[in-house]
Amino acid sequence: MATDLIQLGDPALRQKTRLALTVNGEGRELLVDGYKTLLELLREDLQLTGTKHGCELGECGACAVLLDGQLVLSCLVAAVECEARAVETVEGMAHGAELHPLQACFADHGAAQCGYCTPGFLLAAKELLARRPDATRAEIAEALSGQLCRCTGYLQIFEAVEAAAAQLRGAKE
Amino acid sequence: MSERAPNVIGKPLRRVDGRAKVTGLTRFADDLSLPGMLHMKLLRATVPHARIVAVDGARALAHPGVKLVLTGRDFPVPFGILPVSQDEHALCTDRVRFVGDPVAAVIAADELSAYEATALVDVTYEPLATIADAEEALRTPEPRLHDYGDHGNVHKAVAFDFGDVDDALAKSERVFEDVMFFSGNTHLPIEQHATLAWLDGDGKLTVASSTQTPHYLHRALAKVLGRPASQIRVIATPNGGGFGGKSDPFNHEIVAAKAAIALGRPVKIALTREEVFYCHRGRHPVLMKLRTGVRKTEQGFEIVGQELETLLDGGAYGSYGVASTFYTGALQTVTYRIPRYRFRGCRTFTNKPPCGPKRGHGTPQPRFALEVHVDKMCAELGVDPAKWRIDNAVPRDSLTANWLRVSSTGLVRCIEAVVAASGWTDGRGLGKTGRGLGIACSSYLCGAGLPIYWNELPHSGVQLQLDRSGRVTAFCGATEIGQGSDNVLVACVAEVLGIDPLDVRAVTGDTDLGPVDLGSYSSRVTLMMGNAAIQAAERARALIAGAVAEKLALPAARLVFADGRVFDGEDPARGVSFAEAVQLAEAKHGTLGTTGSYRPPKAPGDYKGAGVGPSPAYSYSAAVVAVEVDRATGWLRVPKIWIAHDIGRALNPVLARGQVEGSVYMGLGEALMEDQAFRRLPPKLSRANVHKFPSMLEYKSPGTLDMPEIETILVEEPDPNGPFGAKEVGQGPLLPIMPAVANAVFDAVGVRVDEVPITPEKILKALGAANRRFGPARFPTIAWPEALTVPPPWEGGDGKATNEPPRKRDRVRGATVAPPVEQLPSAAGAPSAREGGKPQ
Repeated sequence: MATDLIQLGDPALRQKTRLALTVNGEGRELLVDGYKTLLELLREDLQLTGTKHGCELGECGACAVLLDGQLVLSCLVAAVECEARAVETVEGMAHGAELHPLQACFADHGAAQCGYCTPGFLLAAKELLARRPDATRAEIAEALSGQLCRCTGYLQIFEAVEAAAAQLRGAKE
Repeated sequence: MSERAPNVIGKPLRRVDGRAKVTGLTRFADDLSLPGMLHMKLLRATVPHARIVAVDGARALAHPGVKLVLTGRDFPVPFGILPVSQDEHALCTDRVRFVGDPVAAVIAADELSAYEATALVDVTYEPLATIADAEEALRTPEPRLHDYGDHGNVHKAVAFDFGDVDDALAKSERVFEDVMFFSGNTHLPIEQHATLAWLDGDGKLTVASSTQTPHYLHRALAKVLGRPASQIRVIATPNGGGFGGKSDPFNHEIVAAKAAIALGRPVKIALTREEVFYCHRGRHPVLMKLRTGVRKTEQGFEIVGQELETLLDGGAYGSYGVASTFYTGALQTVTYRIPRYRFRGCRTFTNKPPCGPKRGHGTPQPRFALEVHVDKMCAELGVDPAKWRIDNAVPRDSLTANWLRVSSTGLVRCIEAVVAASGWTDGRGLGKTGRGLGIACSSYLCGAGLPIYWNELPHSGVQLQLDRSGRVTAFCGATEIGQGSDNVLVACVAEVLGIDPLDVRAVTGDTDLGPVDLGSYSSRVTLMMGNAAIQAAERARALIAGAVAEKLALPAARLVFADGRVFDGEDPARGVSFAEAVQLAEAKHGTLGTTGSYRPPKAPGDYKGAGVGPSPAYSYSAAVVAVEVDRATGWLRVPKIWIAHDIGRALNPVLARGQVEGSVYMGLGEALMEDQAFRRLPPKLSRANVHKFPSMLEYKSPGTLDMPEIETILVEEPDPNGPFGAKEVGQGPLLPIMPAVANAVFDAVGVRVDEVPITPEKILKALGAANRRFGPARFPTIAWPEALTVPPPWEGGDGKATNEPPRKRDRVRGATVAPPVEQLPSAAGAPSAREGGKPQ
């Protein structure tokens, strides 16, 4: 295994840093290990396990979250980089019990089969629709091109995003 | 009970687990954690083949935070998914057989400490010669990878003659021969395998894991750990994709369980992506040789005999490989009429991650060969390949040469549908335009006819518990891997009882809570669990109807269960709510619960090996693929795919379409790019055989920008054995894609790529080759065992081999034999599927 990537016993790895950030609109303060990624911070320190991992190398997109509104791969962001920043995960999408239109459309259009890649797709789609409310099919495919799904063949995901975009546009008008 | 239009079946309802999946609430294995939980990492072999001289965990154990180091000495008992291939140890005992074979485990307070300490486990290897592929395995009987198997490094070789194929080929007007290769590829589920094991308060072991087969894991744990199965609980967490890659019991599952017992604390492991590539169990690389004798007819030509040889590169362990070997031959006969059929299959051991069942299990490779072979014969003889397939389709209610019973088939309707939708007749390029259309078909099982270990028990069981509130809980061992099995369970129960699916709760994949279901493999869940669920629900309905009939003073036969009520079909206002009906039944019978179970009908074949191939029903698919090929670069683009799938009945059309499109997507990945490739290191680096790219970045799979437009057509040809007529949809639609791409490339630029994946490099080489072909040149000579000779049904056979010594186990089966069916006659005068008639 690639143990050479980590310097064995380096004390800096375990040095804890005090971190204050906003997660899904709530202020959080915690001590975080120096080696941890934002992905690990979310899943292990905050128990927000909705964010997934498929490679931890930036290849699959399963861990995508919004950081200050920008789509990032949380496996490639050091936790300590997130001081005073705002993170949005899949757990922050619904309003109370009411699903975000993207969530409802993913559920209704067959866009989530095993559901493992779904949180990353949802956040990538949300980021797209925030800047391109009337995104075309080609723009949707482009915006989601960093996300891998092995179940759906993507087409029902595209349809779900289009349906949600229509709903969101309707809600604004 | 009165009949009525379905309320749930066939409706595009949101799947029952849909909300959890879009909110992040679905708890996959690595999402679980427990107080006091420890973390485990495996040390894996860095050499592909070696004797383990010494393993010393002392330095690792001294590392801060480390609680335990386990090695092969802790796991003397072997395991494996098939009873005939118990060739794995949870940690290697005396030998490693591929790069990635697990050698030691470190359990520590945190993941980083465990990871650091794996590097402190001292392993001394004595390297052995490495076998890189199947042909090298044939040439290299020593050193043997295993001390079992047929001989040398041949794991299993099988041979069958269904009729006299030599005679058929000798009498043919023409014999066509092809050698083709299907490269290996892997499942690549986005979820990496993970396991959490712990001891409950009463000391019993619980293992929660991303497994498709909790029942088989349950058995493996009991065997290796030496604990009674009754004191082990396996929870199959929802799988983040499986595709067959989580169907074996895995090393990490057993080691985590052992560690949890030893330490009395929860132990978790989540594999890295690199480790998932090493777990593999994916598509076998298969070299294939097909010889087919044909006779010209008024409509074109027909097959009079066919011979297929397959050579499988099995990797380092048995896994499902014996079954995979049989599957490279078994299902060749269920699409087109083949009156005499010879099959030879051979699986070899090589120093690579073990191959096993990937979506389509053993059939996509020979299906690719057959469909391309047919295309070549049609091109050579000037017959439209779509029309040939229609003319030669196996009819419904027939037997094949190898004694498989085809009940329903929508194959002809599928072909007609994609031909019409794609503009096939006018749209072909015929090798001239750089644009082309290719057609291919396939068929697949709806569940294997036999379980993995011999028994006479049900393959699937469902228990229902009915509450006074009107809520029904359905318990079943089936495993939700994303395919929607929970939804099938709920839909079947809700339909029979006439209630809202939201009033049904599914409790699945837990060996403590539900009756056994054999697992999510072989496309068996919808048919088998669905039938068990319907039986349980019908029994509940009968209990309830009896009580309501008494209350309303009506004959029970007049009662209708619909819309959450039980009422008089002749006077719908007269009735009670479903909850009241349950209360009436509970007052009459006591606490309410029912069971249902399913076991497939006995297969007609009765020769050794006849157990692989039979299924209660077969699904059918046809696909047309459009391609554009750049002659200068070989670059291949797929703008559109038309696929028609005979699903019997779509229980939920949205989910069914998703399974079809997901299959097309995965087939397209196999056709164009996916390749579990290995390379030999140069001599100064040991000549070892290593995985070329165990990462998602370099193992190419299609992304959003690679997807063509797909037109999906669901053909509903209800099968009498299917729940509400339903057949499988999760695997079959993958199979025609690879050959349809190859055939489309031929139609576009007139060259043949007889190998998967079909890459621009191969197309370019074929364009530059004198024979306009890229592919393997020859099939090696293999010393086949004596063939079992089984006369086909139309040659007076009785399903038995004429030269088989008595078998140890006389497979007397409890299930009734299905009524006699129309035998598929010899080629001349065989009825077409069209004439075979449609269901009433």
